[in-house]
Amino acid sequence: MLDISSHDVLLIGGGGAGLRAAIAVAETNPNLSVAVISKVYPMRSHTVSAEGGAAGVIGKNDSLDEHCYDTISGGDWLPDQDAVEAFVKEAPLELMRLEHWGCPWNREPDGHIAVRPFGGMKKERTWFAADKTGFHMLHTLFQTSLKYDAVARYDEYYATKLLMDDGQVQGAVAVELSSGKVQAITAKAVIICTGGCGRVFPFTTNAAIKTGDGMALTYRAGAPLKDMEFIQYHPTGLPFTGILITEAARAEGGYMLNKDGYRYLQDYNLGTPQPTPVLRSMELGPRDRLSQAFVKEFERGRTVEGPYGAVVHLDLRHLGEKKIEAKLPFVRELCLKYENLDPVRELIPVRPVVHYVMGGIHTDLNGATPLQGLFAAGEAACVSINGANRLGSNSLTECLVFGARAGRAAAEFASVQRPPGRHLLAQAAEEEERLQDRFLNKSGGRERIATLREEMQKTMEQSAGIYRSGESLQHAAGKLRELQERFEDIGLDDHSRAFNTELVAALELASMLDVAESVIQCALQRQESRGAHQRTDFPARDDQKYLAHSLVSRQADGSPVVSYAPVTITRWPPAERVYGK
Amino acid sequence: MATYTEYPPKGYRVRMSTYWWLGKWPYLKFTLREISSVFVAWFVIETLLQINALIGGPAAYTEFQDFFRNPLVIALNVISLFFVVFHTFTWFNLAPKAMAVRMGGKRVPNILISGPNYAAWVVVSAVLAWLLLRG
Amino acid sequence: MAEQIAVEVTRFSPERDKTPSIQSFDVPLRKEWVVLDALNYIKDKVDGSLSFRWSCRMGVCGSCGMMVNGEPKLTCATFLTDYAPGPVRIEPLKNFPVMRDLIVEINDFLGKLSKVKPWIIRQKEKPVTEGEYLQTPEQLDTYKQFSMCINCLLCYAACPVYGLDPMFSGPAALALAQRYNMDSRDEGKEERMDILSQHDGIWGCTFVGECTQVCPKHVDPAGAIQQYKLTATQEWFKSFIMPKGAK
Repeated sequence: MLDISSHDVLLIGGGGAGLRAAIAVAETNPNLSVAVISKVYPMRSHTVSAEGGAAGVIGKNDSLDEHCYDTISGGDWLPDQDAVEAFVKEAPLELMRLEHWGCPWNREPDGHIAVRPFGGMKKERTWFAADKTGFHMLHTLFQTSLKYDAVARYDEYYATKLLMDDGQVQGAVAVELSSGKVQAITAKAVIICTGGCGRVFPFTTNAAIKTGDGMALTYRAGAPLKDMEFIQYHPTGLPFTGILITEAARAEGGYMLNKDGYRYLQDYNLGTPQPTPVLRSMELGPRDRLSQAFVKEFERGRTVEGPYGAVVHLDLRHLGEKKIEAKLPFVRELCLKYENLDPVRELIPVRPVVHYVMGGIHTDLNGATPLQGLFAAGEAACVSINGANRLGSNSLTECLVFGARAGRAAAEFASVQRPPGRHLLAQAAEEEERLQDRFLNKSGGRERIATLREEMQKTMEQSAGIYRSGESLQHAAGKLRELQERFEDIGLDDHSRAFNTELVAALELASMLDVAESVIQCALQRQESRGAHQRTDFPARDDQKYLAHSLVSRQADGSPVVSYAPVTITRWPPAERVYGK
Repeated sequence: MATYTEYPPKGYRVRMSTYWWLGKWPYLKFTLREISSVFVAWFVIETLLQINALIGGPAAYTEFQDFFRNPLVIALNVISLFFVVFHTFTWFNLAPKAMAVRMGGKRVPNILISGPNYAAWVVVSAVLAWLLLRG
Repeated sequence: MAEQIAVEVTRFSPERDKTPSIQSFDVPLRKEWVVLDALNYIKDKVDGSLSFRWSCRMGVCGSCGMMVNGEPKLTCATFLTDYAPGPVRIEPLKNFPVMRDLIVEINDFLGKLSKVKPWIIRQKEKPVTEGEYLQTPEQLDTYKQFSMCINCLLCYAACPVYGLDPMFSGPAALALAQRYNMDSRDEGKEERMDILSQHDGIWGCTFVGECTQVCPKHVDPAGAIQQYKLTATQEWFKSFIMPKGAK
């Protein structure tokens, strides 16, 4: 049986960006009804795992222009500079708003907000709540959202399709996981805040839920994804689990050591080692450069061979127990739990791990996509402020700034629209039938979800890792087409309706395959090296041809096609990225 | 407050066993602690009976003392003493949980809250013992 | 062949079964595997219909709480080898209705959380352009511990009071209320008092203390509740002594 419910604005995704957007809608126009669909309870969203902090200019010796410059040079001149300027200007206000809502930011002894240094940032401007910043931000947003009557939640609903009327997005079809009931939720505006897609890779800091669902929904609805080739490897993940050791560990003074105990980053044009951290230098260089240095170090045979591949060491011992407990308690907790070692006395084995996708749904400064009525924010979106490489601590702030912007824009859009008609129900009925025919009632499928997923992840790691080549990308494109075909023959063990988590896994795999294809196609077409996209066959940056955003769209046969859009340059003409000087 | 999307309740609810408190030592300990109140009450009643006997004159008091020599009453009082001491320990150990005293920006260690309680207990017991046993 | 461990898992389908049952699977015993890895192994390789919640697998999202050999645990932070040679039994969190296999219904908690008003309440809001509400590290420290709750609900599974009386607000909701009460920026203590000092609130707690024992984030909900009982009693006395003047 099919249900229909109607709201003014529909959020898909209830993490940092989604909750911020929901509150923004409620505050912009209290008469609007807001709905939040989330496939997990909102406080389980992956924002919860963010550790280090959120960037926003607050110090007296800092300036908005310096934050802009760090972000733009960090992104290898691919960020849109008007977007960065808007972001940097609104960042401190958004972080302050969260302070007013109760976020337990760390403080100076006099009670003012404390900030810490972070990678690629020339000044100390990263607000933090110990090393559980994302956790505290998410719970603050979630608990604050509870006070708004206008916000209705659809917890544990999985959105499978956008409802479209004459090229305009007017809601979504979603499955209520507890019952398996398919529901049409119509709205005058839809905002997608479903986060990134790190799970297309086998070794990632990302939670199980980060499967690029919103990107795939949008891509299938006909809007382009942008800059998908830029995948960020974080230089310090724990081997095997991929659990993140925050950049704050280096910002507080941690060293990166190779097998000889040598601070190897000095060999990669990142500055000269000093006993205490120097901003934009050595361990506080940008993540892309540090992860690339690891690969070079491995090639020179100077990494340590561990049971789960090569590692280098992160050394925090000289910081002392007191500082580690005060500033990095979660790092210690994670090391004790998962590596059975105490960073107060021992070296932490680390290796680069897939962490973030700079690309996402193509939006303007207000989160609007080319599709009428559809908005996006957070990691799912690409405005773009991150360009070819995101700086640590910009993404939590991005969720707030662009979540709020998208929320306000969607509220204004919804305020002047007529309500969608009941005729959308037919689309929902069609979608319900598809789910039944393709998955729930189908028998005899020969492919297993886990097999296809593992093959996809392996393909992505081998061809779209820290270094890529045309040859390996070409191979990956073929392999992904093959996996798409094999997906047609998928078979489920579970045919029940109540909490069919295998159905969710199948739908997530479908999302990931689409997103993976878009990543590979963008990477194949960009014949240069920039930021996190390093081509061994095109090792230099090529501003003549590729100072441009990749826009990847889905063709009728399901295959991706790439075009380019110009980058907005306002005050910072492209230049060389310089660190450690 | 956020409105809540309800779905039909169809979960299976496991009923708690009547003997849940026997399953785990912390639960049993908790139950014993709660039962200890009965024995505390018994000592109060005893004291009231004693006072009543004192008012009633020497004959009544002798009768009361005979009642006290009954082995069953002695056994009951030994058990009661055990429970009252147990009750005291749990009560004093609870004190630092309920009183989050802060000095110089740091929470005062538990021992500084429960310690004086124990000390006072020892002193009062000693004074009483001295009063009762000196002559 | 590698070493194996028997994993006994609760199975329940509301569409098919009247009551839950136990199914046993043999799973490789690897030293780096947590209990959650064993469940994922079963789902991926043996039986795709096994249902359970999980996400971050680093002990912070709070999804994967289950009973492991009768104790409430985060399965992503509980190593399989600690239960060797087995068998190890994995059941849904106690005291909640079972929806499917290892998944329990937790909307009850979310309702209770909303009820205690877990947000900053101010008589007068200050514009964000005027900067932060000052809060010293010492003031932060008074409530920080209670703000660490990840809503994993292990405390509810350990609380016999909640098991016997589902109306009881429960450890996490009360600790989070106390988190805001203790926050120097908050002015909502009185508003929350009426809700918290009801019978289903703090006075429902008989201080079993197991919530604090099982909490994976050292929140100490039992402590939060006892502290609040003291506050509520003091307030009651104040209103008793000075019925008019009391705030």
